[in-house]
Amino acid sequence: MSGVAGTDILRVEDLSMRFGGLLAVAGVSFEAARGAITSLIGPNGAGKTTVFNCVTGFYRPTGGAVLLQAPEVAGGAPVALHRLAGHRIVRAGVARTFQNIRLFSGMTALENLLVAQHNALMAATGWGIGAVLGLVRYPRAEAAAIDRARAWLAATNLLERADDPAGALPYGAQRRLEIARAMCTDPLLLCLDEPAAGLNPRESDQLAALLLRIRSGEAPNGAPCSILLIEHDMGVVMRISDRVVVLDHGRKIADGTPAAVRADPKVIAAYLGEEEADEDAPAEAGVAGSGVAGAASGPGGTA
Amino acid sequence: MSAPAGVAEAPPRAAAPVAGALREAGLAALVALGLFGPMVGLRTEPGAGGLMLVQRWPTVALLCAMVFVGRFGLVWARSHRFPAFLPALARAVPLALALALLFALMLPPLPTGETLLSAGGHDRALALLALFVVAGGVFLALGWGRAAPAVAVASTRSGRWEGSLRRFGRVLGPLLLALALLLPALPWVGRYTLDLGILVLTYVMLGWGLNIVVGLAGLLDLGYVAFYAVGAYSYALLSTSLGWSFWLCLPLAGIMAAFAGILLGFPVLRLRGDYLAIVTLGFGEIIRIVLLNWVSLTGGPNGIGGIPRPSFFGLSFSAGGGPGSFADFFGLEPSPTHRVVFLYYLILALALLTNWVTIRLRRQPLGRAWEALREDEIACRALGINVTTTKLTAFALGAMFGGFAGAFFATRQAFISPESFTFLESAIVLAIVVLGGLGSQIGVAIAAVVMIGGFEVFRDLAEWRMLVFGGAMVLIMVLRPRGIVASRTPTVALGKRRAISGELVGEGHG
Repeated sequence: MSGVAGTDILRVEDLSMRFGGLLAVAGVSFEAARGAITSLIGPNGAGKTTVFNCVTGFYRPTGGAVLLQAPEVAGGAPVALHRLAGHRIVRAGVARTFQNIRLFSGMTALENLLVAQHNALMAATGWGIGAVLGLVRYPRAEAAAIDRARAWLAATNLLERADDPAGALPYGAQRRLEIARAMCTDPLLLCLDEPAAGLNPRESDQLAALLLRIRSGEAPNGAPCSILLIEHDMGVVMRISDRVVVLDHGRKIADGTPAAVRADPKVIAAYLGEEEADEDAPAEAGVAGSGVAGAASGPGGTA
Repeated sequence: MSAPAGVAEAPPRAAAPVAGALREAGLAALVALGLFGPMVGLRTEPGAGGLMLVQRWPTVALLCAMVFVGRFGLVWARSHRFPAFLPALARAVPLALALALLFALMLPPLPTGETLLSAGGHDRALALLALFVVAGGVFLALGWGRAAPAVAVASTRSGRWEGSLRRFGRVLGPLLLALALLLPALPWVGRYTLDLGILVLTYVMLGWGLNIVVGLAGLLDLGYVAFYAVGAYSYALLSTSLGWSFWLCLPLAGIMAAFAGILLGFPVLRLRGDYLAIVTLGFGEIIRIVLLNWVSLTGGPNGIGGIPRPSFFGLSFSAGGGPGSFADFFGLEPSPTHRVVFLYYLILALALLTNWVTIRLRRQPLGRAWEALREDEIACRALGINVTTTKLTAFALGAMFGGFAGAFFATRQAFISPESFTFLESAIVLAIVVLGGLGSQIGVAIAAVVMIGGFEVFRDLAEWRMLVFGGAMVLIMVLRPRGIVASRTPTVALGKRRAISGELVGEGHG
């Protein structure tokens, strides 16, 4: 395994994932640049979420490597994410959201963000024992954690809903809260699985603006954060991505800037079928296809 | 019979409410006839030359008539849109019942041979009934008056219950605590009531301990009695064979139970829901059967006797009151009540310790991680929470408090045998937690008082007692499907803490 180049935060090398007889991902390699938004797109069943689950430690890949280069050890050895236990991935600096929202619905928005800071707070409590006895270090750590949560609630426009249970928030707010929760783990790389699914065009625009703020580091944690994005909303993808990786049937078929990918005949073929789109094209392919073809004319259809 | 649905949905037969209500009531009475006919109407009694069949049709007719009238009233009231009446009634009845039970527990026991239903107990039965009716009336009036006249939706209705219970609970918690602290000092409280208080507090403590595992972490544990047994046997064996004092053995018993909790925790880490419940059930049985068969260590079915009693800073509670005893040191008349009062305060302190640790931990990252685990385990993993250790700490801590309670049980009884640690105990403790409301401390305490105390109050009813017990459980579950206190209080808030409706809170998947 070669070292990761200084500009890449994530390097996926020849990644394969096999479920029994099904090869869901076959030898995919790509890099995600530091401080950039890298999008992973492809038709349904292309293997996007599988790649995602390998990166975030939910699956152990059957082959290949996933390497994360932390900035403080630039030039040093990268972290091999594919060898880490699931809960250690976050400590390495990778946070994720879920395609079907997974909030702690019976806990308030604020509590959700505090759970995300569990490891830092736990260390401050002396692993539970000191906190029960009322040591002074913990209240200070908790105040800092609440400040951080408050900043992220403000950044995601949820401050006035802080004390409402997460399950009672509207759908769009739940999506934003999930991103805020992932960011509260202080990640180097934020992995978002279809964050715009189910959002209306206005909410999608707000989401795109939020992602750009997170990338540039204007958002509360100060440091720029790289983003790995799975998205069906081509309007969002083409507008904010620095780089687009296209998967189809578990293989990478294209990799480049949004403009280059949009013009790539292999991508158009994957989305629309081998022949040109006709009137009877399936609904999904039609929506996605119109997004690919017409992304320049504003936000495309939502998948 | 359809369950009473939300008031908002008007019955389609509103055009002819009386006819519709009559039809439904007739159906209900028919079902009642089918049920009560064989159960109540026919009874076998030993007579000359074998069993005789006694027929009691008037009683059956009375029961059916009661069902008919009750169902008719319910349907009729609903069709007449008394929007606030039913929820107010549903609120008032359990509260009044709990109040009457509490009073029944505090009164001195009836003379032997008398029951609430016999001549000597009539005065008391009437007084309790009057208390129930008056208190019920007051609660009903309060609830009915406050309820908004607008259509009551299910969620807001339960929200209103939560609101009133919360207001009530702010007073109720300190009130119950004050009552518990002052109980031995009340002039009419005798030995019987104190013993009952000790029993109730033991179950309160077990309920609070299990609440950590089931209520907070959402791990269904059907074998909690195993830790109770480990604690009891640890204390019994350490104190009888090594002669160590209670105060040294108590923490050791807790540690051993916590170790047993971790031992159970490891194999069940990957199990969820029903599978977890079955394995924990098996674990409880394994412990009991080991205790029963490891005769050389535990004495098997003969149990362990002569377990030393606890001392008060080295002062014993011997009945004779010789030198070095509690009575002698304080210059008191020797009395067996001293020990009972001491044991009462001991279990009260242990229960309050459980409560204090739980309340504190709930506001700490560990407690929040337990609750997050109950809500969504996969999201926890994605946030870097070590699910394994978090689950194990919940098992270990819950087991530790079970072990403390077990050590107390052993020292109180001075004799233990595997018979005390059957599955029924686990079931009762779990029922207390579920009826009280998963995760709610005050709810668990109320449920323990009502279940264990109520069980004793109805001792007069002999074999009907189980029926009352089951009926009370069904009633609570129908009226409050998520327990007496279903809502959850946030652990932290930027503004005002508002209770979270139980409908949003997860129940855990194991």
